[in-house]
This record gives sequence, structure tokens and C-alpha cells, in this order.
Amino acid sequence: MIKRFIALALLVGVGLIFTTLMMTYEPDANLNLTAHYYAEHTANDVGSANIVTAILVTYRGLDTLGEVTVLFLASSIIGLVLSLGKKQNKTLRNLVPVGELLTTGSLYLAPIIVLLGVYVFVNGHLTPGGGFPGGAIIASSMLLLLLSDPLKHFSHGLISFVESISGFVYVALGVLGIVMAGSFLDNRILPLGQFGELISAGAIPLIYSLIGLKVGAEFSSMLANLSEMEDL
Amino acid sequence: MSTFMLVMTVVLCIAILVAAIVSIQVKGDKSMPIAILAAGLVSLLASVLFLILASPDVAMTEAAIGGGLSTFLFFFVLARMRSGEQAGHERSGVKHD
Repeated sequence: MIKRFIALALLVGVGLIFTTLMMTYEPDANLNLTAHYYAEHTANDVGSANIVTAILVTYRGLDTLGEVTVLFLASSIIGLVLSLGKKQNKTLRNLVPVGELLTTGSLYLAPIIVLLGVYVFVNGHLTPGGGFPGGAIIASSMLLLLLSDPLKHFSHGLISFVESISGFVYVALGVLGIVMAGSFLDNRILPLGQFGELISAGAIPLIYSLIGLKVGAEFSSMLANLSEMEDL
Repeated sequence: MSTFMLVMTVVLCIAILVAAIVSIQVKGDKSMPIAILAAGLVSLLASVLFLILASPDVAMTEAAIGGGLSTFLFFFVLARMRSGEQAGHERSGVKHD
């Protein structure tokens, strides 16, 4: 009874906070100072049609490097913890039979989903999306393959290779920015090109593709490790 | 925001709430898959809401991770749980049909 009352009181309190927030909220008539700066200068300085991408990859590129590092640490620790248990004996595992629809459908869908993921991160500087959604889309196609065939084995060597190479080149491009353009992860190490073209905005398409590959590889390695885990 | 968009937003919010309540409260034989699908629906509708609020980047990430990856992951774990349950039943000698 008291538990319920406390839960209810908490809910009412949170509801009150949000109601007052909603009531007193007034949308800004103009962009604030920072947003105004980004809106004014992105096209000339960075050359990216998508301002969000320009902020994520160039203006706040260091934060994105940090995010990628966090994801990398998470996936390595998951791999470490799961590899402590011994590998399962695959023949002994009881599997729920997989339906025909899932098997056939996933074989048709997986390449298309991978293609969509690549499209999303290659066009990150032109259209919404970018490295993180693109990588997650690629990883979800891997998960679909795992769902249709739970005994499927992904090459860990290939996944780690893609992950390390893209991470290394990402940081190397950032350092190259210091040397050639004056600041870490500066995209002007390559020519900015025609605004709105696929190959434009300097190094942004390259960096975002690397981020996409890295995120996809990290999620895929987590899923592969989970799928090869022994039943508890 | 036009009146139509306002109405659409309110309808979306109600749909999100209904899906969330369904995913928590669903009972019965197939309750787990239905709950997972309803949770995925919450993410999918939330991503539409983000789109209405003019943030397509966030909408895309929400749809890819919330609607796609985590829904698939839940189904994956559900399959593992079921195979584990089957193995447990056979080990303890309980006949399981």
C-alpha cells in the first residue's frame, strides 16, 4: 500500500514538473548565438549541407571520437567477459527451429539492409543520418542473419581488422588535420569541392564512413560474442 | 505548426502511450513477442514524432537503434531463452511437448 502510494506520488511529481515546464516553455523566435554561428558559417567553412553532421564530425569532432571510444570499450569488455567462459559445444545445443519465412526473407533482406546502411553513412554530409545510424543498420542486418541461422559463425578476425583499421585511420586523419589545416579533425585536409555534391565537404564523407564501419563492426562483434556464448 | 500537424502529434502521443502500456501489460500465450513488438512500435512512433519536431537525424538514429537493433536483439535473446528452457526441461527429465 505504502509502496503504491510512493510510486503514485513520484509519478504525480514528475508529471507536475513536466507540466510546469510545458506551460512556461516559449519557443525562441530567433536562433540563439551558437546556432546562429553554425547556420551562418557551416556552408562556407565546412562545406557540409547537413549542419548536424558538420557539428558532429568537425566542430565537435573530439566528442564524437570520445563516443566511438566508449562504444569500443563497451564492445571489448563484453568480448572479454564472454570469452572467459568456455566456448559452447555447438552440437549439444538445443535450438528452436527457425521458420522458412525468416530464413528466406533474411537472405533477401540482409544485403539490402547493408546497402542502406552504407548509403546512410556515405551520404552523411548531405542527408540526415551518418556514421552511428549507418553502423547500427549494418549491425541489425548481421543480427537478422544470426536470427535466421543461430549457428552462423562470423569471422572475428575480419571484424577486428575492420574495426582497428577504421579506428586507426580516423585518428590518423584527425592528426593530419593538426599538421595540414591547423586543428584536430579539421576536414579541410581535402578540398571542400562543390557544395551539395557527394564528394565534397573535405574529409567529412571519409571520416563518417570510417565511423560507420567502426560502429557497425563494434556492434557486430558484440552480437557475435553474445551468440557464441555458452548457455548458462 | 498547423492544426493538422497538432492533431497528428496528439494522435501519435496517444498511440505511443497505448503501445507502451500494451508492452508492459500484455498477458497470455504469446505475450513476449507481442511485448517486444509493442516496445519496438514505441521507438518507431517516437522517431516519427522526432521527424515532426524537425530533427531527422535523431529520428533516423532512433529508428535504427530503437526500432531495429534493440527489437531484433530482444527476439534473439528470446530465442536463446527458449532453447535454454527446452534444454533445461530435457535435462530434468520433464517431458515437454
